[in-house]
Amino acid sequence: MVDKEIVDVCNASAARMRRCIIDMAFRAGKTETHLGGSLSMTELLAGLYKGIICFRKEDPDWQERDRVILSKGHAAMALYAALAESGIIEEEELEFFKKDGSRLSAHPSLGLPGIEFASGSLGQGLSQGVGVCIALKKMNNRKSRVYVFLGDGECNEGSVWEAAASAAHYGLDNLIAVIDMNGLQYDGSTGTVLNMEPMEQKWQAFGWETVSIDGHNMNEVLEAYMQHHHVPLAILARTVKGKGISFAENSRKYHTASLSSEQYEQAIRELG
Amino acid sequence: MKSREELEAMARRIRLSIAQMTWQSGLKGAHLGGSMSVTDILAVLYGEILHYDVQNPLSPERDRLILSKAHAAVALYAALHEAGFLSKDDIDHALQGDSPYFEHPKMDPTHGIEFSGGSLGQGLSLGMGTALGLKMKGNTAAKVYVILGDGECDEGQIWEAAAAVPHFGLTNVTVIVDDNGLQFDGRKEDILKAGDPAARWASLGYDVCTVNGHDVEAVRAVLLRETEKPRVIIAKTVKGKGVSFAENDVTWHTGRLTDELYQEAIRDINHD
Amino acid sequence: MNRRSGNWGEKLIDFSRRNIRIWSLLGPGGALSTAAMELGEVKPEVQMMTADLNYYSGLKRFSKAYPGRLINVGIAEQNLIGVAAGLAKEGYMPFANTYASFCASRCVDQIRVNMAYMKLPIKLIGLSAGLDAGVLGATHMAVEDLAVMRSLPNITVLSPADCTEIIKAILASSETLDPTYIRLTGPMNMPIVYNEDYDFQIGKAVEIRQGRDICIIATGSMVYHAVRAAELLEIKGISCAVINMHTVKPLDTEAVDAMQDKKMIVTVEEASIIGGLGSAVAEYLALQKNRPYQIMLGIRDSFPTAGSYDYLLKQCRLTGEQIAEDIISALSRE
Repeated sequence: MVDKEIVDVCNASAARMRRCIIDMAFRAGKTETHLGGSLSMTELLAGLYKGIICFRKEDPDWQERDRVILSKGHAAMALYAALAESGIIEEEELEFFKKDGSRLSAHPSLGLPGIEFASGSLGQGLSQGVGVCIALKKMNNRKSRVYVFLGDGECNEGSVWEAAASAAHYGLDNLIAVIDMNGLQYDGSTGTVLNMEPMEQKWQAFGWETVSIDGHNMNEVLEAYMQHHHVPLAILARTVKGKGISFAENSRKYHTASLSSEQYEQAIRELG
Repeated sequence: MKSREELEAMARRIRLSIAQMTWQSGLKGAHLGGSMSVTDILAVLYGEILHYDVQNPLSPERDRLILSKAHAAVALYAALHEAGFLSKDDIDHALQGDSPYFEHPKMDPTHGIEFSGGSLGQGLSLGMGTALGLKMKGNTAAKVYVILGDGECDEGQIWEAAAAVPHFGLTNVTVIVDDNGLQFDGRKEDILKAGDPAARWASLGYDVCTVNGHDVEAVRAVLLRETEKPRVIIAKTVKGKGVSFAENDVTWHTGRLTDELYQEAIRDINHD
Repeated sequence: MNRRSGNWGEKLIDFSRRNIRIWSLLGPGGALSTAAMELGEVKPEVQMMTADLNYYSGLKRFSKAYPGRLINVGIAEQNLIGVAAGLAKEGYMPFANTYASFCASRCVDQIRVNMAYMKLPIKLIGLSAGLDAGVLGATHMAVEDLAVMRSLPNITVLSPADCTEIIKAILASSETLDPTYIRLTGPMNMPIVYNEDYDFQIGKAVEIRQGRDICIIATGSMVYHAVRAAELLEIKGISCAVINMHTVKPLDTEAVDAMQDKKMIVTVEEASIIGGLGSAVAEYLALQKNRPYQIMLGIRDSFPTAGSYDYLLKQCRLTGEQIAEDIISALSRE
């Protein structure tokens, strides 16, 4: 069990992040945003940034930082909210999400502190993570760890499994893949589009250690991050797409959607 | 049913043809190792298992064989000659001049070559598409066989197709992995560990079994098994099998046969 | 782009006539190996990478001399680029190689995102570009790699003329942080263009031969054949300049400008005539008012049938004799 105080702090952070995500989505106006997949990973990012990783907000390139790679780049709103929570970027900058010329684009691009790689083309982040981990080992950096966030639908991409095999081959015990298992992708449930279950067995068969958690239970989230492992670790987090907003929860429609004023008001009320 | 001796004799003839084609290619050489390792499997397939009609090569009921590890082309040509698709003349001119039978197979269904090959990792996708097409046409007779290399399974695209075949309920697909433990740069385990291949396939919903890829009766037995799932047969083989100087030798992934080596190869093969 | 001159030759490699002959015999793989050994010694940040083509690429010696600095990802080209990106981000300089045909197709998305878009300092070496692997068939013939790489922003595209230039190009690329694609054409026993040491600078074409009437702008393996064609044309009374455009992107437009007084410009490449060197020159000339007539020689818009390198060069009309013939035909039509 994790210290209750830490769990509470992380949960409070997650709640604030959810509010930020809704605000960003509403301010984007009629242009749609990837609401569902951002809300599903809020606890995962809140727990990581508030409770686990080391970074220096005034020095985002500090060599001994932990690295976070958002391979499922469309969940950028969640990452920006986490960066704002951590003070790596100013909260005011979130108002410029998806505005012309803004650093905060629909998919993360370089130039914003705290972004390791531009993403958006699914299936590439784990390879990048493998490269970083190999580099860290070469530099004898035994402190830094690399966290790669993937979608469950994203695991359809063959390049994910090329990287997975590579990570195990090179014994990258400094690599953690976090799979946001919200069960939905653009065209429907992951089970109906392309069934990848049982995921635990798949990752294990590729030489990874796995841990399965409720991705909205902060205690489980933090315990998973703190787990010791001697091979790369895959955290399979069962989540709810659109978590926190009743009309968006488990809805394929909210993979990408815009919010009306009424919906925004309702969302604010529900978030409390 | 053919006897063991008949199947082994067929395999021997295939091996002799492979050696001949490799020798007559002169300085260019051929992919001897990986062709010899898959020979017994091809002998069983063409000698016993596949339904085909040389007089009616495009028969809708024919089984489709896709050699995804297409660099073993000379083994395929030799097997097709045994089956009656290619003539002795075709074999005598293969890998020379402007023969249509060169280092990788070129699509020619009237001669039993379903697809062109050479770029590894694509054959299972082709097999899947074929199987899906057959299913959609209500063709329950024809089966699809895809032969992969174990090194080829490094390719992510294999795993894209691998997830999709059971997802689409394509029980008419049989995957055969020519598991000879070597690839271009060395031992499989040194280049990219295969982990637990059987577990990888099983985790995706395949019926998996392992067999000695040079025991023709054992290979036949597993190919005749009825299953309700798509099948994977992991055939343990020896690269260069049948030619003593090439067996298990990574340098014979691709090689040339001098007159002396060719004679030695013939002696080895006939002696077996 | 951050262009710096590469004047390699001062450190360990001796660009003697003897070595030049040895490199020619070994072919592009030997040249890559030589350059890699130099980089291994003087640049600790350099990592070599391959997708199960360590032996084929000539890097076996490097992998033995510098254990742990040859990263092999197996038959996984997409992963190759992604892992290179991760290493580059952390301050290393990865030189990744695979068949040019797979560079231009299999992992273009990864090249696009990591090299073109994020401008990570990855050096990508396309092995057996053009027709060298033609005996293996179309899957291994890279005819389109120049067109693909040119069309991606921020990637420097180098196409060395012979083994000596391959070494210089690789070493010069290590002096910049520009994402770079280096296309290796030509067989073992690769013909020699440079018999002695010379100054190589990325982006600066080399005038191999002077001439008054026409100019051949060639790249890669075709430079040698262009010189051969020029010699044959000389006998027929046609004075022909030859420019080695070893950097296809950024194109040395000054070198093209200097040839605008010629009756005709001929571009020659062991690549598709669509989108490669010919197109690059034509795109530039299209903007000029009084531009000379241009013909583009290269691989026509189809995949040649499988065959040996020499056979395919003839099939594609890329020998010196055939280039000269085609130039004479064009001139007579003019």
